[in-house]
Amino acid sequence: MADASVTDRIKQRFPEARADEFRGQSRIVVPAANLEEALTLAHGELGFDLLVDITCVDYLHFREARNRYGLVYLLVNTTTNDRLTLRVMLDEPQLTVPSAVPLWEGANWMEREVWDMFGIRFDGHPDLRRILLPEEFESHPLRKDYPLQGRGERHNFPVIARGEA
Amino acid sequence: MAVELPDNVVVTKLDELASWCRKNSLWPMPFATACCGIELMATGASRHDLARFGAEVFRFSPRQCDLMIVAGRVVMKMLPVLQRIWQQMHEPKWCISMGACASTGGVFDTYCVVQGIDRFMPVDMYVPGCPPRPEQLIQAIIDLQDKIQSEGTIDGAEFDLFERQQPKRALVELPILGQSPVFPRAPSCQRL
Repeated sequence: MADASVTDRIKQRFPEARADEFRGQSRIVVPAANLEEALTLAHGELGFDLLVDITCVDYLHFREARNRYGLVYLLVNTTTNDRLTLRVMLDEPQLTVPSAVPLWEGANWMEREVWDMFGIRFDGHPDLRRILLPEEFESHPLRKDYPLQGRGERHNFPVIARGEA
Repeated sequence: MAVELPDNVVVTKLDELASWCRKNSLWPMPFATACCGIELMATGASRHDLARFGAEVFRFSPRQCDLMIVAGRVVMKMLPVLQRIWQQMHEPKWCISMGACASTGGVFDTYCVVQGIDRFMPVDMYVPGCPPRPEQLIQAIIDLQDKIQSEGTIDGAEFDLFERQQPKRALVELPILGQSPVFPRAPSCQRL
């Protein structure tokens, strides 16, 4: 678990950040404007050298949610075994955040996946293409307003009849 | 003048002879994408022994096979691959859709899973089950052998028969709307 000094130092730097702790895990929500600085602080001074995951939550239909998307960075300090959950809330139309690839090389494919599934853009990403879905796909299917069964994408392939080719 | 046939001579039609040869030497192409593939392997292994039915030679090259066994769910992105492999197989060829997912999409009724490969390519036998037992797959192969024996012709003319052509289901159910040739959009299509 991250000791209180980690969240304290982030809060010191960004007074608007909200921090709390649940079962020994530190969580902190930083304003979107401070994301790049906060990541740089975590990577540099605080020593969170491992980016475990970048993922996203769509809070559409979520009770008491004030923002639509929550972008989540899961960080680990491999020296002290501290873990930190860094979160930033996003709303349409401002769905662009700075890329974390300059800090953690491993952010490359994670950011591509978040772009693919949620449509959040990462500014400064070297190659922001879809990673799982076909290039021609137009939607971001993990958004809650995307129908579970799709918009007919799976129905529109050529049909091969018997005796053809 | 009647000709006496010796006991060791059988008279048959060339079509039936060809079908008899084909049905007893099916070469399966395992297109195993999920847990059905494990049952498919068990079917080929010693306990269930597909070799008893002449279909034990699994080849991973479509050029050497005449029976496609689609075992497991097929996602949208995999379907062009499946179709390509099917087209690379030589005539005469047959297809077994093994398991609920390959036949109907199974429990995966989501945007990315094809709801039955028979919407996009011909299927001769459907095997129900999730996954089917090896006995069920063997039964499907036996039934397919009967089908080959009863319908097959030496030049594959049965594939041109109108009644054996499947309707183009995908296009019948959902006409192509929109512009993009690959993913035309179906407007206001909340539940398909």
